[in-house]
Amino acid sequence: MRILVIEDDADTADYLVKGLTESGYVVDHAADGREGLYLALGQGYDAMVVDRMLPGLDGLSIVQALRGQDKRTPVLILSALGQVDDRVKGLRAGGDDYLTKPYAFSELLARLEAILRRGSAEAAEPRLKVGDLEMDLLARSVKRAGKPIDLQPREFKLLEYLMRHAGQVVTRTMLLEGVWDYHFDPQTNVIDVHVSRLRQKIDRGFDRPLLHTVRGAGYTLKADQARAEQPRADRA
Amino acid sequence: MSDSGGKDPGVKDPGGKDPGVKDPGVKDPGVSDPGEAGRPAPARATRRVGPFRSSTFRLALFSMAPFGVLVVILFGFLYIGTVELIDAQANATIEAEVRGLSEQYNGRGLGRLIQVIQERSGVNGEKGSVYLLTGPDLTPLAGNLRSWPADAVQKGDWLSFTVQHRTGDVVTTQQIRARPFRLAGGFRLLVGRDMAERQEFQVVIAKTLAWALGITILLGIAVAIYLSRKLLRRVEAVAATSRTIVFGDLARRMPIDGSGDEFDHLSASLNDMLDQIEQLMTGMRAVADSLAHDLRSPLTRLKGRIEVALRRGGDASEYRKTLGATIADTDAILSTFNALLAIAQAEAGAARGGMLPLELGRIARDAAELYEPLAEEKGIRFEQSVADGIAIVGHPQLLAQSVANLLDNAIKYTPAGGAIALTLDESGPNAELRVADSGPGIAPQDRERVLERFVRLDVSRTTPGSGLGLALVAAVAKLHRARLTLEDNGPGLKVTLSFEKAPAGSLPVDAAA
Repeated sequence: MRILVIEDDADTADYLVKGLTESGYVVDHAADGREGLYLALGQGYDAMVVDRMLPGLDGLSIVQALRGQDKRTPVLILSALGQVDDRVKGLRAGGDDYLTKPYAFSELLARLEAILRRGSAEAAEPRLKVGDLEMDLLARSVKRAGKPIDLQPREFKLLEYLMRHAGQVVTRTMLLEGVWDYHFDPQTNVIDVHVSRLRQKIDRGFDRPLLHTVRGAGYTLKADQARAEQPRADRA
Repeated sequence: MSDSGGKDPGVKDPGGKDPGVKDPGVKDPGVSDPGEAGRPAPARATRRVGPFRSSTFRLALFSMAPFGVLVVILFGFLYIGTVELIDAQANATIEAEVRGLSEQYNGRGLGRLIQVIQERSGVNGEKGSVYLLTGPDLTPLAGNLRSWPADAVQKGDWLSFTVQHRTGDVVTTQQIRARPFRLAGGFRLLVGRDMAERQEFQVVIAKTLAWALGITILLGIAVAIYLSRKLLRRVEAVAATSRTIVFGDLARRMPIDGSGDEFDHLSASLNDMLDQIEQLMTGMRAVADSLAHDLRSPLTRLKGRIEVALRRGGDASEYRKTLGATIADTDAILSTFNALLAIAQAEAGAARGGMLPLELGRIARDAAELYEPLAEEKGIRFEQSVADGIAIVGHPQLLAQSVANLLDNAIKYTPAGGAIALTLDESGPNAELRVADSGPGIAPQDRERVLERFVRLDVSRTTPGSGLGLALVAAVAKLHRARLTLEDNGPGLKVTLSFEKAPAGSLPVDAAA
């Protein structure tokens, strides 16, 4: 997987390039907007991490120019501007996700993986399947090993989000944004309570747990514990 | 010329290359000075509009042009009409005379005719009249013309010619309009009239026309200059004020002369805009100041911790411990920073752009749904009674964060076995959102204080929290012009947010459902 990082701050860029390389990505770095756009248009990248404020050409313009050329490379926008309006602007410009500085590297990694797989996950399939856990989006029903599981509407949405990102690390902030549409940090970690309730419903009574906690990062839903990846952030 | 070429700013050639000023010319500031001094001048000229270049001047001139045309048309009609009248009168007189004279001739013969003509053209005759009677061979018989006019121009029945009189040294020329008439027996009669009157009239008309046109044009230019000067002065006043504002004096305002005219209106709206800008600027400055103030102490603590760790030394595990604590500290600072930013955003009114009609119940239910499991886990009964379809105009994220903060606080301070209640109902024109708990409550004298930033009461020192939760609620309440009241819940605390309702019809369809 080739990632292009467009970031002008040398320390941040260094930190990103190191972290992503250690996580197994091939990383190119551009220090200003023009060079970044040049690279992005010329080479085939699987995803891009673009700082919003750049010398030469700002991040949003790069994304717009890229989309104008009909390049659909997934883009994660990094920004110090964290208000809801700024996010909306970033996503409208064609960004796939928006991360506010400062962020934990694990958060960035989780979001990057999410947008990398978005193309296949977003397909309008009526059914989602992780191991023996099945979700019927039309009937709004969930079964594990053929046994129906009764979920509250919000639990259903939470599980749907986790299933769409199966195998990836999903952070608490991603859940708050994706499931509750809350773009702020509640003072208490309320998400944990919801996840542990969901875990009780889908994992209790089965010997193989599907929903795992990734320490220091978030959660992941995956079928096979043996194949489970170590959270990359911990290695970094 | 070659000598002054370098100094003349009008010369296109960059004068320094000129052989005359070769060596000192390029670097000598005395030489380059006039060029540089000359450069800003056109820039200033484009800035300030002269009275002749102003649009008012052109407009005024333009509006005067029809008057000029009108003057010309008016005098033209007057001239043509009057000249025709004069001609017709002259013609009628001459024709009447010709008729009279030919009657005399027919009735009483040539002698009588000559006598009458001599009488009429004599000293007692009418001034300006011309008579000539000739024989068939054009030999003059009577009248005040010496001979039949040779240079006469024939136009229909009429002749025009000039006659020159010599009185001493002065020669006067008369323009004569005359009617020739053939009498029986071959005699020819010429009766004419001096057209000086008509000519004088022509001159008078031409003069008047010239004067009128001249006055109209001068008046037009004068009015145009006056108007454009007057308007320019007011435009210039506005421009000068905006220039001082551009240079940083945000307190300046556009002049208003109280006349209530369009300039006053313009200045008033500009001033409103400036008021708003100044208010926003002040707000932003206050935000920056308070951010600096509120973040400086935790950052100083953080730095202190790192310095102590460095000074004390130790092994890797000690450093690791300090680094772990440092990350926890930075996280705390960041969450404080985010909370402060949200408060600042709400306080500065910058979030007003994100306000829209929304169903308050939906926000309350979402927050309740998020926090209910937390309460349940702590063994707290969570009651909610949220009315449907209550609309207000608000900022969804900030409102959600406020309700979340209130619920968070309620759960934090309510002991196991207690109860919290979230209520939304209508009370007259208001929508009332209440969060009540059965915790220790807040003493009446502290209720104002807890709304300030970083105020944490002694009883809550042991519970985690930044001391910003209620400050945010207060700021959001202010942003929404909602009343925030803290009351005794006997036991516990009851927080009420009272919003002004928006008409239910203002909701988008999906939200009202």
